[in-house]
Amino acid sequence: MTPPPDSIDMSLDTAAIKADFPLLKQEVNGQPIVYLDSGATSQKPRQVLDTLDRYYEEINANVHRGAYHIAEQATSAMEDAREAVQRFIGAPSSSEIIFTKNATEAINLVAYSWGRANLTEGDAILITALEHHANIVPWQQLAAERGVEIRWLPLTDDGRLDLTDLDQMLDGVSLFAFSAASNVLGTLTPVRQLADAAHGAGALCLVDASQAVPHMPTDVTEWDCDFMAFTGHKMCGPTGVGVLWGRTELLDAMPPFLGGGEMILNVTREGFVPNELPWKFEAGTPPIAEIIGLGSAITYLEAIGMDAVRAHEVALTDYALRTLRERHGDDLIIHGPVDTTKRGGVLSICYRDVHPHDLSQVLDQRGICVRAGHHCAKPLMKLLGVGATARASLYIYNDESDVDLLSDGLAEAGDFFSHQPD
Amino acid sequence: MAGLEDLYREIILDHYRNPRNRGELETPPAHMAEGFNPLCGDEIQVFLHVDDDTIRDVSISGQGCSISQSSASMMTTAVMGKTVDEAHQVIRAFKAMMSIHGDDLGGDSTGEAQEPAVGLGDLEALRGVVKFPVRIKCATLAWNTLDQGLNESASAS
Repeated sequence: MTPPPDSIDMSLDTAAIKADFPLLKQEVNGQPIVYLDSGATSQKPRQVLDTLDRYYEEINANVHRGAYHIAEQATSAMEDAREAVQRFIGAPSSSEIIFTKNATEAINLVAYSWGRANLTEGDAILITALEHHANIVPWQQLAAERGVEIRWLPLTDDGRLDLTDLDQMLDGVSLFAFSAASNVLGTLTPVRQLADAAHGAGALCLVDASQAVPHMPTDVTEWDCDFMAFTGHKMCGPTGVGVLWGRTELLDAMPPFLGGGEMILNVTREGFVPNELPWKFEAGTPPIAEIIGLGSAITYLEAIGMDAVRAHEVALTDYALRTLRERHGDDLIIHGPVDTTKRGGVLSICYRDVHPHDLSQVLDQRGICVRAGHHCAKPLMKLLGVGATARASLYIYNDESDVDLLSDGLAEAGDFFSHQPD
Repeated sequence: MAGLEDLYREIILDHYRNPRNRGELETPPAHMAEGFNPLCGDEIQVFLHVDDDTIRDVSISGQGCSISQSSASMMTTAVMGKTVDEAHQVIRAFKAMMSIHGDDLGGDSTGEAQEPAVGLGDLEALRGVVKFPVRIKCATLAWNTLDQGLNESASAS
């Protein structure tokens, strides 16, 4: 494939990147591991693991409390990570960066704090047909408690959002909550356009960017959204830390979510005064090591460059779509958009009549890790007319050889399950 | 290392490709119990017609992988025509076979190594599933749903 003459070479040195990830050096079932499940969680580079070790070995102390040396260092390292997140997502202020335990908790924070302070019976929320359960269930809980209506924006046949009736569906809506990228179809949604439509209808918008932030440049100012949630463990960071970003004026007006230490300025027998942002929403001892580890993951990704990450994934997704379809033809269905500029590196696969669970079992024998199941998006699976898919998701350490091995594994699964008993 | 052949025995693939007692029964007189595997999204419905303490008819609908579908198919042939007590014995024997730890039998087990009270016949082919712990839930889905169905029809009558 010859690139257009004016394009710059942004191809990643995947061999060098892979060498940074200790887990990817091991064998599974006697074969080198082929990790194709970064949509579920990414692997962690040595640099992040070393950061976690150094935290516990050198500066482990509780934050925002002690006046001694290592407590100051721990506090400073954690607040440095907050600034790294601010920079990474284009947020105007680091006090708008709230650390949660994952994206799910970030969305729940908005549903509980903003939702319960602002929504009552007769109000409406718009979500989309491609949401993860994390951006469905918190609104269903709110709906059940408050009598709030939930509307669902439909999809086109090729798995993009169907915007035909968007303005009509936004009429009377208080919040439009949608994903920036689908964890099942790979679909990228037009975030800025959706945010503009929401604001035009007088609604706020919340973006679940869990599948976008790890894979492409993110700028909440450019998106012009009101809330944005993502998680650390899908972007080379540790588990146990996620982020809610929100506009200052919204966060300031919201009541605290969880109560306890850290989130107060003062407590008396009569009551409490909430802390300032962002600590107002960070009750209890935070996941300090994980937050600092997330900062390290951001440093790692910034060194590669998020434009280069995205370019790599577009090229690899294009290679995968092309070669898998060439080789397997009608035996293979890959759900979601065909245009690689409108999708990420998430390939939801149905192969002949082999059940995804059986498919992943055969692939596992070759050391290939894919996810089989409903991917926490059961309403979407129902819409696709399948109970489950096998999902291969690509990241910075994957290359064309991983896709080729996946392709060989599909052929083997087809052979195995088409063999008729005597 | 456990190979694919340990898991996918020919008889399993046969029941997967040619499921026995597939379909729905009229409710009532039959009772329908529904089971879900939240891990992979498999869903199963067990239709059960119990009369005079005997399973007169049993059938399966729903969707799932080769292990869950073949296990369900073999289950129907194993309990068809059995009394409710006999069916419970087969369920216990099967779940004992699916237990990673030999003594983890649940129920009223005294912890002694327990020989199945009944022969499992073709179901023995599923013994290899325990080498693939993630798949045990696939194999036991139909059985847990049958167990639930038997209890529900007992309390309904």
